[in-house]
Amino acid sequence: MDCQECHKRPAALHFTQVINGEKTEVYVCEVCAKEKGYMTYQEDGYSLHHLLSELLNSTFESSKGTSEQTQELQCPQCEMTLPEFKRIGKFGCSMCYETFSEHLDPIFRRVHSGNKTHHGKIPARIGGDMRIKKQLDSYKEELQHLINNEAFEEAATVRDKIKELEEQMRGDDT
Amino acid sequence: MTLQHFMNEAISPWMREEGPDSDIVLSTRIRLARNFAQYSFPILANEKDLQHISSFIQQEYENQSFQDYRDFSFVPIQDLTPVERRVLVEKHLISPHLAEKNHSSAVLISKNEQVSIMVNEEDHLRLQLYFPGLQLNHALQKVFELDDWLEENIDYAFDEKRGYLTGCPTNVGTGMRASVMMHLPALSWTQQINRMIPAINQLGLVVRGIYGEGSQATGNIFQISNQITLGKSEEDIVEDLQSVVRGLIDHERKARHYIMKQSSKRLEDRIYRSYGILAYSRIIESKEAAKCLSDVRLGIDLEIIENVSRNILNELMVLTQPGFLQQYAKKTLTPSERDVLRASLIRERIQLET
Repeated sequence: MDCQECHKRPAALHFTQVINGEKTEVYVCEVCAKEKGYMTYQEDGYSLHHLLSELLNSTFESSKGTSEQTQELQCPQCEMTLPEFKRIGKFGCSMCYETFSEHLDPIFRRVHSGNKTHHGKIPARIGGDMRIKKQLDSYKEELQHLINNEAFEEAATVRDKIKELEEQMRGDDT
Repeated sequence: MTLQHFMNEAISPWMREEGPDSDIVLSTRIRLARNFAQYSFPILANEKDLQHISSFIQQEYENQSFQDYRDFSFVPIQDLTPVERRVLVEKHLISPHLAEKNHSSAVLISKNEQVSIMVNEEDHLRLQLYFPGLQLNHALQKVFELDDWLEENIDYAFDEKRGYLTGCPTNVGTGMRASVMMHLPALSWTQQINRMIPAINQLGLVVRGIYGEGSQATGNIFQISNQITLGKSEEDIVEDLQSVVRGLIDHERKARHYIMKQSSKRLEDRIYRSYGILAYSRIIESKEAAKCLSDVRLGIDLEIIENVSRNILNELMVLTQPGFLQQYAKKTLTPSERDVLRASLIRERIQLET
């Protein structure tokens, strides 16, 4: 079938348009589809997606091979399987992160310039203890820095803050 | 408040305020991807769960206010016509991806259009917050407050090691995309931007056109944003972005001075020719319109053209998009009909200024 717009090139795409409730079928070639505005946005959506999926596949092949056990991994919550995840390049639910956990480090490292662990915001309400732990870590780092620089007075203040936080965490446990 | 409010005005109320460095930076946006812990991500969730999320958001937040963001409207995507969807995309209030959804997808928009929260896009929630000009640190602080406010009622999918869990591996961790929209005519003319883009990419940042991924830099408008979301804190990501944007601003200003000094008559000629096309043409394609609008905007910034408001670029860039034109005409238009209407709208708008 020839393109309905230019009548020269073969029709490669099919669109269903609904204008004022009336349905019309349109068969056009790729060039006309772009020029006449049949393809709206999102024409690039696939490329990134595609790339990611290829990335996942190559990562998996190089790291784990394709043993049967690996292929059978399936998320208990959303039932996504490892091959499916590889194909579409998206997680099905938050449980997937745990299910596919041992396969994720190389992917994250490639997508995020070598990083695989979160170092940012922690939710205010559900992350209570995690927030304290993070604060504690940063105080400990500061303390070490102060001791190295022989700033003992400031170090003592920071040490007190650490104690306070540690007590707070123990208090939460009981 | 009705949907009409979002449809009639091309320019969002928050855009009318002048932000820092607004001769070059049009806007700052921060987006956070968040998910409910108890439901599968939209890609695999069943319709019932998605409907739960959508009704929950409507019940909890419709007509609510938080700080300066007042009277949230809840807009189900399936209630919108294709043209209305397109208008919201052109105003950057929803993503192209959300515009293609149906059923339980929706968007929550504050009255001043500074906040839009997309429901059941690739993630359950996508919070977006806009500011005029370059205000990355302020925007980050504000979006955190908005995030904490939502979290009071929602158990987020969060993991100590991986951070905020998202549908796509490219968003995990902070779930944050910070982006800055810049008008860089002088760097484009002198071809300097092409040499700078690879260097910017090396820093984990991306340069894109005005309508995001894959779109061309029409009207010399570029969007700079972070690519990496895992392993760096939000503050560090924003700081990196800020320093690159500052660098681009300096280079753009220098390039503008250079052009002014070296070939001021030529520059003046180019700007007035573009002004003439906008003021008098009867048929104009969107590409040509964008180029001329960019020239005129530069003319305003360099005080070559006086008595025309700076907002004209932002406003006409949106107003002359296909969706907006059709919304205005209240019917579907062929591309050539759009070119005629575009020219006439631009003429009218420019006449308003003189």
